[in-house]
Amino acid sequence: MGVNRPAHSLLDLVGHTPLVELTRLSPTGGARIYAKLEGQNPTGSIKDRVAKAMIETAEASGELEPGRAILEPTSGNTGISLALVAKLKGYPLTCVMPESVTEERKRLLELYGAEIVFSPGAEGSNGAVRAALELAEREPRYFLPFQYGNEANPRAHYEGTGAEIVAELARVDVLVAGLGTGGTLMGTGARLRKAFPDVVVAAAEPLPGDPVMGLRSLEEGYVPPILDVSQLDRKLLVSNAEAVTALRALLDREGIFAGVSSGAVLHVARKLAEELSGGVVVCVLADAGWKYLSAPFWTEPDPERSMEASLWW
Amino acid sequence: MTTIRIPPTLRGEANGQAQVQADGATVGELLDDLMSRFPALRDRILVADEIAPFVNVYLDSEDVRTLHGLETPVFDGSTVILLPAMAGGC
Repeated sequence: MGVNRPAHSLLDLVGHTPLVELTRLSPTGGARIYAKLEGQNPTGSIKDRVAKAMIETAEASGELEPGRAILEPTSGNTGISLALVAKLKGYPLTCVMPESVTEERKRLLELYGAEIVFSPGAEGSNGAVRAALELAEREPRYFLPFQYGNEANPRAHYEGTGAEIVAELARVDVLVAGLGTGGTLMGTGARLRKAFPDVVVAAAEPLPGDPVMGLRSLEEGYVPPILDVSQLDRKLLVSNAEAVTALRALLDREGIFAGVSSGAVLHVARKLAEELSGGVVVCVLADAGWKYLSAPFWTEPDPERSMEASLWW
Repeated sequence: MTTIRIPPTLRGEANGQAQVQADGATVGELLDDLMSRFPALRDRILVADEIAPFVNVYLDSEDVRTLHGLETPVFDGSTVILLPAMAGGC
């Protein structure tokens, strides 16, 4: 991408996100923390990288051709990213999402022209995944990129997110990213390990409230096929309240307006930075705060209560 | 004593309790203590003496799979959280 020339397409502006040092939130005497601002992608999240890579890989292999439609289980960001890519490339898009997701997300998808199919809110992401797989089975016109099992997902982070970090920093001791599909951690982690073999790859994982876990059985558990937990050096659970405290600190002290998973990632980054006497911690902030504006947690004294019924990333 | 938090999906096998106190010097010993009192939990939590694929066990917020698994040492006052593996990702 030419830095000083106008882009030919919005898709050429995916990636190449800025990395900024968090001078106020790095612990005194610990490691320096840098944040990669994925909210600066065209639709406001890291999923632009994944959507673009999955669609272009499928086009290149011949699996996706004009006349087919795209179907994806997603509670928001991936759907919005796919909606942009699908629109610019001329494919219709259907997203399957739990009915419990935030209003901004539904609204944005509709505005981008995507069709939405709701799965039961109580079944969360697992329910959306199952419903999408069933629909794709019944209707062969659908191409299912399926971010949970698509190698183009981690590859987008290996060639993009990870390579960009390596190009900007002379050392990285710890990488922290949110655990969802596992794509960011697998791809970025592998690229950083190649450059810095001793890097610690750490996952921040949401602690879901009881209502989210509901009465779902263990048999319905799901580990994304692209996620290899043995490639993670640390895996830390973060409560909604901890994520929100860190999220507010990002805004108050560094001026960064980010989404919930970014709060969780910062929480883990600060914890691990305190364990070190120097060095560099890089955290990947997956999206900006806009899609969460209607949520009450920004100012609530006890955010856990209003958050426990939803899965936030 | 260590507090073990039980997810809703396993409470049926634990007399409906959301948390239980257990004793043990390692995560494995703690779970043994828990399962000796609630035998129906054994088949849910362990498969071939390993943590079942769709169960995550956290010691003070850290997944024991990235620590020392069932051998991970536990100290007094720790909290263990059991969770079902769930799909995330937006």
